[in-house]
Amino acid sequence: MAGAESALAPDEPAIAAERPPALWRRLGKHRLFMTGAVIFGFMLVLAIFADLIQILPPEKMQVRLRFKSPDFPYPLGTDNYGRDIWSRLVHGARLSLAIGFAVALVTGIAGTLIGVVAGYFRRFDGPLMRLMDALMAFPAILLALAIAAALGPSAINAVIALAAVYTPRTARIVRSTVLVVREMDYVQAAKACGARDLWIVWRHVLPNSMAPLLVQLTFIFAYAILAEAVLSFLGVGPPPPAPTWGSMIAEGKDYLREAPHICLFPGMAVALTCLGINLLGDGLRDVLDPRLRVQIG
Amino acid sequence: MIEFILRRLLVALPVLLLVSVISATIMELVPGDPAALIAGQSASDIEIAKVREQLGLNRPFVARLADWYVALARGDLGNSILLNRPVTQAIAERVPVSLALSGFALLLTVAIGLPCGVIAAVYANTWIDQAVLTFALIGVSVPNFWLGLMLIVLFGVMLNWLPAGGYVPFADDPVGWVKCLILPGVSLALLQVGLLARITRATMLEVLQQDYVRTARAKGLPVAMVVGKHALKNVMVPVITVIGISFGLLLSGSVVIETVYSIPGMGRLLANAVFGRDYPLIQGGLVVTAAVLVLLNIVVDVLYAVVDPRVKYGRS
Repeated sequence: MAGAESALAPDEPAIAAERPPALWRRLGKHRLFMTGAVIFGFMLVLAIFADLIQILPPEKMQVRLRFKSPDFPYPLGTDNYGRDIWSRLVHGARLSLAIGFAVALVTGIAGTLIGVVAGYFRRFDGPLMRLMDALMAFPAILLALAIAAALGPSAINAVIALAAVYTPRTARIVRSTVLVVREMDYVQAAKACGARDLWIVWRHVLPNSMAPLLVQLTFIFAYAILAEAVLSFLGVGPPPPAPTWGSMIAEGKDYLREAPHICLFPGMAVALTCLGINLLGDGLRDVLDPRLRVQIG
Repeated sequence: MIEFILRRLLVALPVLLLVSVISATIMELVPGDPAALIAGQSASDIEIAKVREQLGLNRPFVARLADWYVALARGDLGNSILLNRPVTQAIAERVPVSLALSGFALLLTVAIGLPCGVIAAVYANTWIDQAVLTFALIGVSVPNFWLGLMLIVLFGVMLNWLPAGGYVPFADDPVGWVKCLILPGVSLALLQVGLLARITRATMLEVLQQDYVRTARAKGLPVAMVVGKHALKNVMVPVITVIGISFGLLLSGSVVIETVYSIPGMGRLLANAVFGRDYPLIQGGLVVTAAVLVLLNIVVDVLYAVVDPRVKYGRS
């Protein structure tokens, strides 16, 4: 039973006087981060070159070739309309990654704005955070579903709905970092020198609040891809015949008995993409936030 | 303690007020005329006018909201358009089903996630640890509704061990009830199992580095005893946090899982309300679920004090 001891010894080599190596070099040495990078890079290549690697146009139906099992020339088979699943999958990667990235971007901008205002200009803290609390009180998917359905099914509305759900969580994280940073000596020094608030926020508070935000946004990227799949599955994502992974699974669910492969591959694509992004997030967190490095090996 | 609970309830009030305003605003998001949309494409002008009247859409937003609060004070959430019955009745009917499903999923989460996290921490940096971490990572990456469908294919269609969907009330058939809950419960729990295992592992690792753990080991207590008795108690605080978060996630997940498995719970009720544009039901359902989550957060805060005597709530 040597187990407990192994947990008691966080042997970090002391790098006392040396400057820590550049961020990307530390990331390069992080095995899990690199695994995530490879997986994510693979999905990204599929998305970017979807037009080149497709076998058929993703919306091309072939009535005689419905429900084909994976085989030559359709490696992942065909769906209930005789459309090639591989081609739909790679175009779905484009949609999923674009929507996920857009959600992370919008969330990042809105969350930073709200978080900084609440954390730095304390007058706004109470009202803004109560509003964020109220948005967070809803079950995430339910709120996104209600907003997306009200706005109407489209990619942009899915982004709006998901950003509304994830912004409060991001704002809260930014705010808590800003609350720490604003008390730092360098901020106080800048104030004493007569710097204006906006300049301090731009020059000192923002750059020093970026690390946890970046980590959070990576995870939101992954959540958003999962949540978009749910919205599309329920029918409030980009409307058909758009090849989203969620809608591909929804179309396959009525043919589970005869043709489970219609559902199988898009689900695996979602899982693989999220796995890659989660690994990237874990790696970023380990490297950017050394406090957590000892705990989460 | 009682003072703390009362104060938290008081703070929760403005949040719930905002929650109800947000829920009501969602109908304002509908582009064009919501009444025409609800009545359907084939509806005549008279039918549309009737829907508008029924929903009070011919009156300003603030007046509608005020009416809603007045009715709420009487415990009335209005009438569902689709079901043609009081919203409170429809919700009350579905809550036990969703509670059974969420409770079952939560049970699975704790029964699997907690031991996995503890074992991973005790055997940190071994293959056991790696296996748990990998499993946890897969758990947070797999879409639960897809997992649900795949479980249906495997256990419902190919092996024919468990029902592929539907729900049997406990009172009718206890065994059938459990059978109905297994697949959706597993699909729902996977994400939470991953989260809980990761948090438990991280906290446990921290606790295992504490002096009192070293002392306990030094005086010759077996590892199992130290971990199970000294360390586990100190892991409970973050674990309760995760369990609190889990309930929110379970409610969220139940929307799609109940749809996949045709389970007549809150999630499916509200999903159908959203698709049928049944706004009284959407608003009532959103407010009720949000209120439940807000109350749950207060319960979680109280539990902190129960589990950890160092946590004291009082005047500060």
